[in-house]
Amino acid sequence: MEEKNRAELDRIKLAAQEDWRKELKKKIPTKERMKIERIKMPEREPEERNQDFFEVNLGLSEEQAMEEARRCLDCPNPQCVLGCPVLIDIPSFIKLIEIGKFREAAKKIKETNSLPAVCGRVCPQELQCEAQCTVFKATGVSVAIGNLERFASDWERKSGLVEIPSIPPPTGKKVAVIGAGPAGLTLAGEMVKMGHQVTIFEALHYPGGVLVYGIPEFRLPKAIVYEEVDYLKRMGVEIITNFIVGKTATIDDLRKDGYDAFFIGSGAGLPMFMEVEGENLNGVYSANEYLTRINLMRGYDFPRYDTPVPRAKRVAVIGGGNVAMDCVRSAKRLGADWACIIYRRSKKEMPARIEEIKHAEEEGIEFIFLTAPVRLIGDEKGWVKEIECIKMELGEPDSSGRRRPIPVKGSEFRISVDLVVNAIGQRPNPLIPLTTQGLEIGKWGEIKVDWKTMATSLPGVYAGGDIVRGGATVILAMGDARVAARAMNDYLMNQS
Amino acid sequence: MYKIIEKRMVVPNIHSMKISAPAVAKKCLPGQFVIVMVDERGERIPLSIADWNREEGLITIVFMEVGSSTRKLAKLKEGDELFALAGPLGSPSEISRWGTVLCIGGCYGIGTIYPISRALKEEGNKVITLLEARSSFLLYWQDKLKLVSDELLLLTRDGTVGLKGHVTTAIKEIIEREKIDRVMVNGCTFLLMVASETTRPFGIKTVVSLNPIMIDGTGMCGVCRVSIAGKTKFACVDGPDFDGHEVDWETLLMRRSAYLKEELESLRFLQCEEIF
Ligand SMILES: Cc1cc2nc3c(=O)[nH]c(=O)nc-3n(C[C@H](O)[C@H](O)[C@H](O)COP(=O)(O)OP(=O)(O)OC[C@H]3O[C@@H](n4cnc5c(N)ncnc54)[C@H](O)[C@@H]3O)c2cc1C
Ligand code: SF4
Repeated sequence: MEEKNRAELDRIKLAAQEDWRKELKKKIPTKERMKIERIKMPEREPEERNQDFFEVNLGLSEEQAMEEARRCLDCPNPQCVLGCPVLIDIPSFIKLIEIGKFREAAKKIKETNSLPAVCGRVCPQELQCEAQCTVFKATGVSVAIGNLERFASDWERKSGLVEIPSIPPPTGKKVAVIGAGPAGLTLAGEMVKMGHQVTIFEALHYPGGVLVYGIPEFRLPKAIVYEEVDYLKRMGVEIITNFIVGKTATIDDLRKDGYDAFFIGSGAGLPMFMEVEGENLNGVYSANEYLTRINLMRGYDFPRYDTPVPRAKRVAVIGGGNVAMDCVRSAKRLGADWACIIYRRSKKEMPARIEEIKHAEEEGIEFIFLTAPVRLIGDEKGWVKEIECIKMELGEPDSSGRRRPIPVKGSEFRISVDLVVNAIGQRPNPLIPLTTQGLEIGKWGEIKVDWKTMATSLPGVYAGGDIVRGGATVILAMGDARVAARAMNDYLMNQS
Repeated sequence: MYKIIEKRMVVPNIHSMKISAPAVAKKCLPGQFVIVMVDERGERIPLSIADWNREEGLITIVFMEVGSSTRKLAKLKEGDELFALAGPLGSPSEISRWGTVLCIGGCYGIGTIYPISRALKEEGNKVITLLEARSSFLLYWQDKLKLVSDELLLLTRDGTVGLKGHVTTAIKEIIEREKIDRVMVNGCTFLLMVASETTRPFGIKTVVSLNPIMIDGTGMCGVCRVSIAGKTKFACVDGPDFDGHEVDWETLLMRRSAYLKEELESLRFLQCEEIF
């Protein structure tokens, strides 16, 4: 474990020794705490919610949150924290909820996570903090850390009590951030809190990255993202939209304009294609296009908004990740009679969050496992009408540790469809690599970094999030940005 | 931001607009485009940059009113501001000393061929610019284009001015008259296709500026994918200029028509909004 992390963990352990925590712990015996059942997240009925784009989960009430918080044992050596990429002091914030200090709980989370309302909704907790939880290991049902995180930050937002931290005197250093996704936003927040002048350059017309163009409203309301962005602006971060670094100006141009350090958080914007026959037929979409039309451009509100989004009756989405789930559930909401996921492995290997898979199933999505498309067949006008698939079986594990799918000879079959969305993955956005001289790039087009500092091969230039990882997660992007912020601050302060 | 400094209807249904966009004006090169959003509810539409003034921070776009977005754009007045404008996007046109270059513009492409003719001329080429329209009243910018061309040819379907007839015959005549080293074409997809087919037998490299549907314009959505020599390319980053002899025109025309139904619905909605 890194030294810095060890120090943070020691601090977290120490906080558990405060008197009020010891008292609280004694109030309910561990055995009793383990008997409390996990509070089910209130959610809208499947038949109702799959007709619109409003949020599915409704959030815990104050009483529910306090009850859920009682399930946490306040372990002396909290393993959950180690499962969290940004090391949130989980037991502290949960215990603050238990005693009704919601505002303090929210503040505690914000010490290390600048987008808690987002993370509470989209993090794969079952693989991270909740997978390490002692209660999970003992009973199989973890403390609902994600739901509690969401509760605390929603409570703070709704209360209107969000405080702007005090900003130290200006250091006179200028930082340019490329991309306003979770990575860029996090870095901007960290650097502005250290007294640097920060400008974010964003290619699209709204900041937020995948949070606004990719993840749909029913999972993450845009208003939450805009409030987080607003919070950064109030701290003094400048955001310039419609500015494509590499095109409108290069990193070298910006350096000449007086920027001292750079952070590249330009994401994984390059869609991958299946490379099967018929991919350019009408009615065949990349997930990026389909979701951008729906979310960023609000195509579901067409024609009140001008960007059309196809409304189809039979929809097939290729892929098994969160992106695929978002596409297929959107298709259903846009009026599809039948919508399916086609995935080449089995349910167990699906990379999507468990909650998304469960929600999709409830909403009437059909899952076709161990199946891959081989070609798309069009009608005489060039619109897709059928998808030809082949059955797969699982062989030996590949480099990712998942069992490799192998086609079963002669098992081809066809499904009739009028819309196909390809959600098989994205690659790092090539724009910055192509327009920045001297930047070292890996074989997938990712920017190479020193993982301890997130420094690239160019002095004063850092990178993090999907541009270095390929399609990963919000929290990993934020974790990268926190590492980069520390290193960047050292770099700036050691400059003459 | 993005204030409209000057607006003209250059011919019926085609408008030119000078817009304040200093960062774009500073950087743009011939053949590049911007993505424009009229208002918060608008579509993101690509428009080629037809001229610019780096000192004053202005760019000029020329567009034809076709769907609801260009119609909304046309309704804006001098002094109004666009909601969003991003660029310069796309790879610039390849400008070099080829020798004699035939630049063809039709429709909005009469405007957008201008910076290309100009750059080719500055590079020392002999530039023949051919403007194509149905009738004389649909031609514009002749004075501007004359200044940057060694020869300016006008072609109208009805013969009201210049040569009469079809663009294929005009191209053939020029090619037979003198040695042409390269052809550049801007305008509607149909013109691009016809011009490419005409030059193909002569083996003259013909560069066309494609205009498929786009959203982000930075290579993210892939809606602008076109098939070039059997390979999938993104018009927004790999283009918009491509070798006209390598374009799969059938797929391109088919993909352009994907939203005809919605386009009609959107227009109807806009009309209703205008009335009420
Ligand atoms: C549909 C979908 C669902 C997802 N669901 C989840 C989930 O449930 N949980 C989870 O943890 N993760 C999820 N992810 C992954 C997660 O969203 C990403 O890992 C995360 O957003 C990466 O953050 P980032 O800041 O690196 O990049 P992005 O969020 O991609 O942001 C990059 C930003 O940079 C801008 N940009 C790019 N190039 C330039 C340039 N040259 N100049 C200026 N700006 C530029 C882009 O416009 C964009 O706004 C999902 C992804 C998608 C697509
Ligand atoms: S491991 Fe689980 S029970 Fe223990 S402190 Fe963390 S959340 Fe609470």
